[in-house]
Amino acid sequence: MNQVAELYMDTEAEQRLRALIEKGLPLTSRPWQTLADQCDMSEARVMATIERWQSEGLIKRLGLVIKHRPLGIKANAMVVWDIPDDQVAMVGRRLAAERAVTLCYRRPRRLPDWPFNLFCMIHGIARQRVLLELDALTQRQGLEAIPRQVLFSTHAYRQRGARYAAE
Amino acid sequence: MPPLIHQLDTLDRRLIDGYQRGFLVCERPYAVMADDLGMTESELLVRLERLQTLGVLSRVGPVFEHTKAGASLLAAVAVPKNEQEAYAELINRAPGVNHNYAREHDYNLWFVMTAADEEQLGRRLDHLEAELDRPILRLPMLEGFHIDLSFPIPWQELESA
Repeated sequence: MNQVAELYMDTEAEQRLRALIEKGLPLTSRPWQTLADQCDMSEARVMATIERWQSEGLIKRLGLVIKHRPLGIKANAMVVWDIPDDQVAMVGRRLAAERAVTLCYRRPRRLPDWPFNLFCMIHGIARQRVLLELDALTQRQGLEAIPRQVLFSTHAYRQRGARYAAE
Repeated sequence: MPPLIHQLDTLDRRLIDGYQRGFLVCERPYAVMADDLGMTESELLVRLERLQTLGVLSRVGPVFEHTKAGASLLAAVAVPKNEQEAYAELINRAPGVNHNYAREHDYNLWFVMTAADEEQLGRRLDHLEAELDRPILRLPMLEGFHIDLSFPIPWQELESA
C-alpha cells in the first residue's frame, strides 16, 4: 500500500485503536505496544497514527485527565448569557480570556424556552468565591446589563471522557 | 479519612501539574516522565494507579477535539425534582452519555451525548426523548472560544479551604 493511501484510510484497526484510547492508555512500560497487541498493529504504526491524529487536531491534548471534584474543586457554575448576536463572538473571546473561565461556547437559543446563547463555566472551591469571581468579571467586561443565569451543579451522575466509537 | 488533598505529596502534585498535556509518543513514555520526576518507571506506574484509585486521575489519555471526533451535544431536560434521580438513571443508560449533572434550574438535568455522526446522535436523542416523555433542549456548540479543560490546580487555596 502506498503511503498516501495508508494515510487516508481509517482502517478497522485504527477504529479499534481509537475506541481503546478513549478509555485511557494502559499503565504499562510500553503502552503503545500494549495497544498495538490489542488492535493488530505494530507499535510503530500505533505511534504514527497517534501523531497523525495530533497533527490533524483530532487529539487536542494527551496527558493526565484530572477529576476536579474529588480534589475539592466542587463549585461548578454554568453561567448562561443572552448576548446580542452581533456581539456574541467578541464577548465569547473576551470571557474565554478570563482566568476563572474554564470553558466558553456559543450555542443556539431555543425560544421561547431558552433565550441564552453564550455559555461559560467557572470552577472553584466554594460557591461564594465563584460568585465573587463572576461579579468581578461581569464588571470588568461591562456585562452588568446583560440578562444571565447561574446554574450551579448539585450532583454529578456521570463524568467521563467522550466515547465516539460504537458502543 | 483526611481530605484527599492531604494524601497527595509534592511528587503527585508535580506529576499532575506537569503532565496534563505533552504525554510523549515514544516507546517508553512513562520511563521518560519518571526520569524527569526523579523516580523509577515502576514507581511512577504505581503512583498513577494510586491516583486512579483515589479518584483524582480519570485516565491517562487523549482529549479529543469533539468537533472533529464525531457528533456531540449539550442537552437539558426539566424533570420533577423528587424524581430527578430516576430520570438521571434513564439518561445514564442511554448510549453515548458521558456527562450528566444536576443543576439548580427548572432545566435541572444537563447531559452531554456523543455519537459517531449527527444522524446517530439525532436518533439517540429522539429515542431518549420518547423514553423520558419530556422535551429535550438540544444545544449544540456553534463556536468554541476556550475548549480545553486543563487548568492549573490551585493547591494552596485547596490546602487552606
